[in-house]
Amino acid sequence: MTSDQEIWAVIVLLGIGTYLIRWSFLGALGGRVMAGWVLRLLRYTPVAVLPALVAPLVVWPAATEGQPDPARMAAALATLGVGVLTRNVMLAILAGGVTLFGLLYILP
Amino acid sequence: MSPSPEPRPRKQAPHDAASARALARSPRQAFWHGIVQSLPFLIVIVPFAILFGVVALEAGMDVAQVMGFSVLVLAGASQFTAVQLLSDNAPVIIVILSGLAVNLRMAMYSASLVPWLGKATKAQRAGLAYVLIDQTYALAIQHYERHPGLSMQQRLAYFAGTAVVLCVPWMIGSWLGATIGQAIPEEIALDFAMPITFIAMIAPMLRTAAHLAACFVAVLAALLLAGLPSGLGLLIAAPLGMAAGALVETLTERSRA
Repeated sequence: MTSDQEIWAVIVLLGIGTYLIRWSFLGALGGRVMAGWVLRLLRYTPVAVLPALVAPLVVWPAATEGQPDPARMAAALATLGVGVLTRNVMLAILAGGVTLFGLLYILP
Repeated sequence: MSPSPEPRPRKQAPHDAASARALARSPRQAFWHGIVQSLPFLIVIVPFAILFGVVALEAGMDVAQVMGFSVLVLAGASQFTAVQLLSDNAPVIIVILSGLAVNLRMAMYSASLVPWLGKATKAQRAGLAYVLIDQTYALAIQHYERHPGLSMQQRLAYFAGTAVVLCVPWMIGSWLGATIGQAIPEEIALDFAMPITFIAMIAPMLRTAAHLAACFVAVLAALLLAGLPSGLGLLIAAPLGMAAGALVETLTERSRA
């Protein structure tokens, strides 16, 4: 685990950086127009960063010391399926949680 | 946020009853209107905030750090991202860069509010920036575009109403989660709460071929680069995914033209 000081450094710097992103155009850049290609890339940041973060966690879960695990894999698929179909974040989390605990209970 | 189903009227003031009511509101009433319209979002925000508190605690943060995140950063997806990478012992700089990358979309929000709020005072705009989150943005921009004739005071009051309902419960919920988290027994498999949360956030975003391409390339690259020191694969995989999304969007537009 990272030291307390490092965690606080992350909190403070991420806080300042995030604030500056929010403040950017409203505060300093005014009505300046963002280049089309910048907008285009920005549109895909969440949908690229979050899956890249999560994919290794699903395939090689830390809890099973990196061994692929059917219960966790199924839970991930259930979350994705319900999320895509309903577009409801809480429902998707619920589906994933129920699948995970259900399978962990049933599987040896 | 998903786009509204009907095309929104642009610039020309709609002469209907709803608009007349909106224009007649005092700033205090506009504030309350913002509050009322934000309430449905609480169904998602509160459980989500509690979840953040629980998983952050699980990952080794203390209550003060959980609150530090929810008050100073105030951006769910990036908070989860930072906590995940911290628990994975990623270098501080990579944690910060990844969290900021997740929040870059807010530059778009900031830019798109300029036509509506750019003439507010410096202090007002500085305050607005602090509470500019996905949900306040989505509500405000819809409201402003629907009622272009609103005065600056009405716009600011509405925004303040949404901010109170959406930002304060995020902080309280995180604290609640961090407090509840201490009572959850070790045996419960909470390790997977984080991946499930991320997937649930991603799934509704997969609206177009371009979004699917961005997601697919990012996942593929992240898996191929998983052997790299922690967090480094992400910093390579994410830009590749973004580029793939932008590329597919360009190609789709060209084939339509």
